[in-house]
Amino acid sequence: MSGALPPGALRVLPVGEHALLVELPGEPETGALHAELLRRRAAGLLPPVREIVPAARTVLLDGLDDPARLAGELARWEIPRPDQRAAGSVEIRVRYDGPDLADVAELWGVTPREAAERHASAGYRVAFCGFAPGFGYLTGLPEEWAVPRRSTPRTAVPAGSVAVAGAYTGVYPRSSPGGWQLIGTTDAVLWDPSREPAALLSPGTTVRFTVAEGP
Amino acid sequence: MSDRAFAVVRAGALTTVQDGGRAGHAHLGVPRSGALDAPAARLVNRLVGNAEGAAVLETTLTGCAVRPRCPVTVAVGGAPCRVTVDGRPAAWGAALAVPAGAVLEAHPAVRGVRSYLAFAGGVAVEPVLGSRSTDLLSGLGPDPLTDGAVLPLGPGCAPPAGGGGPVPWPAPPGELLLRIRLGPRDDWFTAGALRTLATALYRVTSSGNRIGLRTDGPPLERAVHGELASEGMVLGAVQVPPDGRPVVFLADHPTTGGYPVVGVVAEPDLAAAAQAVPGTPVRFLPVRRRRRT
Repeated sequence: MSGALPPGALRVLPVGEHALLVELPGEPETGALHAELLRRRAAGLLPPVREIVPAARTVLLDGLDDPARLAGELARWEIPRPDQRAAGSVEIRVRYDGPDLADVAELWGVTPREAAERHASAGYRVAFCGFAPGFGYLTGLPEEWAVPRRSTPRTAVPAGSVAVAGAYTGVYPRSSPGGWQLIGTTDAVLWDPSREPAALLSPGTTVRFTVAEGP
Repeated sequence: MSDRAFAVVRAGALTTVQDGGRAGHAHLGVPRSGALDAPAARLVNRLVGNAEGAAVLETTLTGCAVRPRCPVTVAVGGAPCRVTVDGRPAAWGAALAVPAGAVLEAHPAVRGVRSYLAFAGGVAVEPVLGSRSTDLLSGLGPDPLTDGAVLPLGPGCAPPAGGGGPVPWPAPPGELLLRIRLGPRDDWFTAGALRTLATALYRVTSSGNRIGLRTDGPPLERAVHGELASEGMVLGAVQVPPDGRPVVFLADHPTTGGYPVVGVVAEPDLAAAAQAVPGTPVRFLPVRRRRRT
């Protein structure tokens, strides 16, 4: 297989007058199209576009002069497998001390300590961002370990909380309401507008969580 | 702080700094922000001789009052309102010379919601990611104005050529007509729901804000009842939450969302949406063919 996605496997939906939503079969294909879009933009092979926004199974292209023309071209693209190294990698040290760790461990049928090690053993990738600046939706937790959201969201989740919902993992960049299960905390600064880049995690970044001991 | 500044005498219900917005960061979850009535913001900037994207003040319903520390050319536009300088009536929609220490007041909107105050040189707060706009969803940019706050002004500009006299200004809408292009998720709704959207009368509710214009009216029935995976959202997207009442996304909207978007409002129509007071009737007008704007 030469590419991640054969021509014709994507569906292009018009969004208003200046945007396109490209729908893909799944998360890996979405990551592959996103990487290919960034590659083409960097190489000057993409018409001017204001925003490229990957999500779970779509990529939004906003601010296009002629979306219909790009839609026609996209359907013929062959999309290669992404080069994982291109988007960078980050290691995040986590104290697995979250108030929901025991509940998650129970769902998984393991001890809290084993739950921490299990979470840290997976390799993660930022599929997309949203919710708040710098909040990434990380894939990598196997589907069979997916956990439900909390039935009652918390009104204030502390900044640096490491949380899971479904098969996604996320880290809260700042204190905000949230319904994800809190399994740990990190001192990593997820978002700092005075830093370049402001976001620690951007779509495509690969992430490893490591277990930090002690409080 | 230097003399190129103004003090906030009366902040009003919600007054924020806005410019052309924060483009290019949506993939990091950063909303676009910027003036909700973008044509009005551009026009007041032109009146004082600024670049169209200079930072201005955007008020909400109740206006605001400021005291410049230096003589400065100012223009008030957007929602029509009474304008005074040290209590004396002054022109709305025109360049005004405000002396140092005088109080410039944009009184509550007579019609519409959002008035705009441009200062020659622009409001010179520190930009964040290339924009001085306040983003109420994620808290980027300067805080909304508070009484007593002091904000910097940029270097003064030459007075505008041609005198910057009054200009034609669209009146705030009595009824909001929103041209809408269906999709990307119109197929998640029943045929009856799409007929309802095109024919029913909705009304602007009082719970709207810079994030979205909320409407009340007949709920739109879904044909697909599953959950939509989060996807990218554009300005003007008409998102339909579980209660079935359409929400039109404005400048501070979230960059991704998980409720289906039945259609997208044409961008030129959003300025009127930004000026629609609660209770304003809303009609959605589906347009099928591609239009050049």
